[in-house]
Amino acid sequence: MNNKVRNNKAWWLILPMLLLVAFSAIIPLMTVVNYSVQDVFDAQTRYFTGTEWFVQMLNDPTLQSALGRQFAFSLTILAIEVPLGIGIALLMPKKGWQASAILILVTLPLLIPWNVVGSIWQIFTRGDIGLMGWSLRELGYSYNITRSPLDAWITIVIMDVWHWTPLIALLCYSGLRAIPEAYYQAARIDRASRWAIFRYIQLPKLTNVLVIGILLRFMHSFMIYAEPFVLTGGGPGSSTTFLSQALAIMATAQFDVGPSAAFSLIYFLIILLVSWVFYTAIMNMQKDKKDGGA
Amino acid sequence: MNDSTRSATQAVPGQVTVEGQAKPVQATIQSQAKPVIKVAKRPSHTRSRVLMMVYIVFVMLPIYWLLNMSFQTNSEILGELTFWPQDFTLENYANIFSDANWYMGYVNSITYVLMNMLISIMVALPAAYAFSRYQFIGDKHLFFWLLTNLMAPPAVFLLPYFQLYYTVGLFDTHIAVALAHCLFNIPLAVWILEGFMSSVPKEIDETAFIDGYSFPKFFVKIFIPMIRSGIGVTLFFLFMFSWVELLLARTLTSTNAQPIASVMTRTSTASGIDWGTLAAAGVLTILPGIVVVYFVRNHIAKGFALGRT
Amino acid sequence: MSWMVWTLPTAIFFATIATLLAGMTAWEVVSPSVERKGFLPIATTRGDRLFIGLLSAAYLHLVVVGFTPLSIWLALGVSVLWMLVLMRWG
Repeated sequence: MNNKVRNNKAWWLILPMLLLVAFSAIIPLMTVVNYSVQDVFDAQTRYFTGTEWFVQMLNDPTLQSALGRQFAFSLTILAIEVPLGIGIALLMPKKGWQASAILILVTLPLLIPWNVVGSIWQIFTRGDIGLMGWSLRELGYSYNITRSPLDAWITIVIMDVWHWTPLIALLCYSGLRAIPEAYYQAARIDRASRWAIFRYIQLPKLTNVLVIGILLRFMHSFMIYAEPFVLTGGGPGSSTTFLSQALAIMATAQFDVGPSAAFSLIYFLIILLVSWVFYTAIMNMQKDKKDGGA
Repeated sequence: MNDSTRSATQAVPGQVTVEGQAKPVQATIQSQAKPVIKVAKRPSHTRSRVLMMVYIVFVMLPIYWLLNMSFQTNSEILGELTFWPQDFTLENYANIFSDANWYMGYVNSITYVLMNMLISIMVALPAAYAFSRYQFIGDKHLFFWLLTNLMAPPAVFLLPYFQLYYTVGLFDTHIAVALAHCLFNIPLAVWILEGFMSSVPKEIDETAFIDGYSFPKFFVKIFIPMIRSGIGVTLFFLFMFSWVELLLARTLTSTNAQPIASVMTRTSTASGIDWGTLAAAGVLTILPGIVVVYFVRNHIAKGFALGRT
Repeated sequence: MSWMVWTLPTAIFFATIATLLAGMTAWEVVSPSVERKGFLPIATTRGDRLFIGLLSAAYLHLVVVGFTPLSIWLALGVSVLWMLVLMRWG
């Protein structure tokens, strides 16, 4: 794949896409930057505030704690979903009608609108009408997500694991399918252990899809909004208020355009840095592989 | 909880796959190894069946509960907890299908999702081809910029989007939501398609051009059929992310193009939440997803080298 | 356009970015960049170094503005210097 032709006419193929994405991305981004340095009442009545909003946001304790909570949440779900997803992918049957059936069942949570996911879990965990909430209470545990921050937090993590592990599983499953059968046979002849097969045959093939899975999951967990909004409303208190929600509250409920724009930009810079590190890592990994293979 | 019972019932299908598993062996070199595998694999195979079933139960339980509630009357839901509908009713579904506000929500959602899929795939195909075949100024940076859009939290863009679409007169139309979803769907489509296209040997393009095919003809007649499963997988992901998104769809619409997700908020009224209708509406939002995943199941299984192996 | 609530500083900011990108493109056309290894831990092209420079400058501005009493102009000055160093030896 290194023999790509140098041809700047390729820009013409990119152009339609570029215009569309730019329309959806650059114009709003510019507007956000403009908002972030002003106190806007309407298009005519506005005051230049300079860096004031940035200073305020960077030192705002509610946002700092939302950010901390966000990182804790993202790392927790990654630590659970990645191994679990790999495990599920290894367990999924490869052939026959069962493979299709299980694939569909496993994928199901991914295709449910996010607020419905919230509703499903809201119903499921209620103490009076929900199976999980009711069962836990019958077992003697006073489970209550509207009172106990710990319960709320654990429930949101379980919900996210339920919702998104399928994505990792799906990616890994397709990665595993790309391994030729001959590899496994060679391993069997060598009497390789199950662990050795995983470590030396399956895992290397999975690295690519895994990095992509982790990247996607990290980014989406940073955007998590609808599910906790419906399930806990960010509470009890603000114990499950994550970044997006803190932002949405500020932007829509309080209509503080300036501060929320400043906050958006800070948020965006964090995302940009993390994704750049990931992207560079993937690119270098692929380059090393190519150099090594040649 | 119910692991032990599950393992007993699952033993038989388990064996079926052990047999199915050994089949591809014959196609390749060392078929002597076959008996060894079979003996060695059986016990661990039953265990993996059981683990798989446990996970499936974990996935299905909340969905089952939703389904269960959608067939119950509100008085049954709020009364004693019942594991299956005692008093089976379709009333909740009847409510939805008899009220234009409700079912138009589904129509609206499906409309903008389809529009978005069409727009995204049309512009992403040539772009992905360019990325997979050519080197040009700024290609790597452009690709990275595309990916950052995939990661841009919609919450950041809510207000400017509202302003933008209001100004250009597209507020509360399906196309507005479809265009807004392009923000993350086009980059995703380019990313996935590029991986598939890179796995098609370049020689095919060259041969076609030597045979006198023009670029558009080659692209439509030869290239697109070759990456069919890639397009299938891409459409699946486009559907998924556009169908599940709520924040932008809700912000950019009011009545004419209101998505089902925001119609559902009507179930919570001053007199409490209408659980039955909420559950039925929830079940109905899952159905289109099942249809889509059924169509692409084989393509997904074929494996997509998203990250260009 | 009025809904975008432009201000002079942000207009200058975006104009600078646009000029930089245009300039980099022109430079690339005239003499294509070669990937090389400088003091950064990874091999970079000119465009990569520009991006790294811009991103680190953004973070520097945030730190200076948010957590120190120093002037934003100082951050800007340091950023420009840092950018030059990065482009030359990065």
